Amino acid sequence: MIRYERSKGLTDVHTHYCPGCTHGILHKLVAEVLDELGILGKTIGIASVGCSVFSYDYINTDYQQTPHGRACAVATGIKRVLPDRIVFTYQGDGDFGSIGIAEAIHAANRGEHITAIVANNATYGMTGGQMAPTTLIGQVSTTSQQGRNRDMHGAPLHISEIFGQIEGAVYVERVSLHDIPNIRKAKKAIKKAFTYQIEKKGFTMIEVISTCPVNWGMKPRQALDWARDNMIPVYPLGVYKDVDAHD
Amino acid sequence: MKKGRLTFDNESCKGCELCVTFCPVDILSLDKDRINSSGYNLISVSDMDKCIACAQCAIVCPDSVIKVEVLES
Amino acid sequence: MSKVLMKGNEAIALAAVAAGCDAFFGYPITPQNEIPEYLSKYLTEKGKVFVQAESEVAAINMVYGAAGAGARVMTSSSSVGIALKQEGISYLAGSELPCVIVSVMRAGPGLGGIQPSQADYFQATRGGGNGDYHTIVFAPESIQETVDLMKEAFDVADTYRNPVMILADGLIGQMMENVDMDKPIKKRDIKPKTYATTGTDYHEGRNIINSLGLDPVYLEKHNHALQAKYQEVIKHEVKVEVLNVEDAEYVIVAYGTVARIVRSAIETLQQQGMKIGLIRPISLWPYPKKAFDLIPKTCKGILVAEMSMGQMLEDVLIANKGRFRVGFHGRAGGMVPDPEEIVDAIKNFDSKVVES
Repeated sequence: MIRYERSKGLTDVHTHYCPGCTHGILHKLVAEVLDELGILGKTIGIASVGCSVFSYDYINTDYQQTPHGRACAVATGIKRVLPDRIVFTYQGDGDFGSIGIAEAIHAANRGEHITAIVANNATYGMTGGQMAPTTLIGQVSTTSQQGRNRDMHGAPLHISEIFGQIEGAVYVERVSLHDIPNIRKAKKAIKKAFTYQIEKKGFTMIEVISTCPVNWGMKPRQALDWARDNMIPVYPLGVYKDVDAHD
Repeated sequence: MKKGRLTFDNESCKGCELCVTFCPVDILSLDKDRINSSGYNLISVSDMDKCIACAQCAIVCPDSVIKVEVLES
Repeated sequence: MSKVLMKGNEAIALAAVAAGCDAFFGYPITPQNEIPEYLSKYLTEKGKVFVQAESEVAAINMVYGAAGAGARVMTSSSSVGIALKQEGISYLAGSELPCVIVSVMRAGPGLGGIQPSQADYFQATRGGGNGDYHTIVFAPESIQETVDLMKEAFDVADTYRNPVMILADGLIGQMMENVDMDKPIKKRDIKPKTYATTGTDYHEGRNIINSLGLDPVYLEKHNHALQAKYQEVIKHEVKVEVLNVEDAEYVIVAYGTVARIVRSAIETLQQQGMKIGLIRPISLWPYPKKAFDLIPKTCKGILVAEMSMGQMLEDVLIANKGRFRVGFHGRAGGMVPDPEEIVDAIKNFDSKVVES
């Protein structure tokens, strides 16, 4: 009996991601969820700009590659003309939280029936490790070489907290990939987000605490532990919005 | 205790060692003597009999390298 | 069919609906606000898609998504807002997606003014987006022509899988004229959109809309393929009106609203015994260069009249190939020339010469 094998939701293409990069894990979770929900054939994915720009080569659905930050607007365009298909974006903390924040907030505000998967690794990975909106205070980056400080750079941006406030957002959860139980929880959250989209409830977003071993200058396992010890205290895990939650 | 069998798609492996660090029975290690065609070192299993089919290695693997089968007793 | 008196912006909206537009994404900006306003009613009534986006940037990206999903889609804006759309237009062209973009020009640069202008000729034809691409640009002079070109624009976009722009100015957007909304346009054979991302259950294989090409060998090939497509557009889609050029003493080149003003001036000059020709480009890209070969050797000069500081002028200089003296008469800031200025410009042509 097979306990675990490569998901049908992934293509055969070897990813370009660095060894130990959590994008690989997150891609698997999205692929597995889409396959398990039986919606691979009616899903359109949106690749953003960042390390995950090539996600169109890795996840086994129709795909559109889009300008930096614009994924939520493109998703809106697709979903409005194909309302019975499933549409998701796959973005980083820069694509969603910096250049794309207006499109993201307004897609959420309009309650667009799309799912945004946001990988937060506190850096701009693809371009070599510049400061991101979610870079931590004191964290060194190539554009904050003495470490991020409030006076010059402002404080880290709390994405899930913001989106939990938006009425059109029906499910917002922050999850992490730093160990096996959390990977399982992340998959559950992603499945819930897509399920809410199938049920036509509104905008769903899962923020995934991720790592960037190369730009953080750590080995992969060390990076997962660093995320657990440093990012989660700043970005608490949990559900920030659930229209179906009962007290 | 369950018993497991692991199969590795070596060409997909990037030698990141996440599986090694999450294996609860310590049977995985990076093998410096083996590489795939991308130049990455591969993972070796020291004692497949000790595998408990927990699949933690496969779950954490970013590249879907490992297939985990539960052996019928 | 019967003609109806209507405002330019309303006609643009109705023409889009008549052409089978599936979706409109746009943002308010003067002087084209009636377009989204009317479409918010007309498209919604037909069960089609209307979204007032949060910005022109968002709107052009919604157009990209819907176009990639196989829909007939458009946006509209004016000068400043079109500036914001440049990245999206480059992506649309690079990914080979069809769409219609209406630009109702206002004065610039920057926030400028809300009065009419033709100072976005460069923006439309030279594009502000990155890379080797072209937007197909049509410039109407009357509301009827606007309606006809709007309908054709969707078909041209689908035929070539490229953005098509209708370049009007604030006068056309705001004035009222008789329109026959049912006037038929040329039928085109349009291929089904097998590239559309509708989900792998709905077509063969996996469809990916993409303009990324990190391998330079591939990307150069792709650019050559795009250029080959643009050569087809140049071969088949030039539109121009040529009047009385064969024995003209002077030829005036003007498009859009200015062409109508020039017609009045030509009438006056003809009454005074002068032979004046008119070249009115209707497609601004591809530019009707061949029309200039019709100008006789005896012509004393070409006058370019624009509501700009000299943008189409440059295409005239290229088409002219140094054969004739070229003069220029321009207004800016939202000022609209009157026919007397054009008459004076011809009478005092020597003072208007920019290239001899």
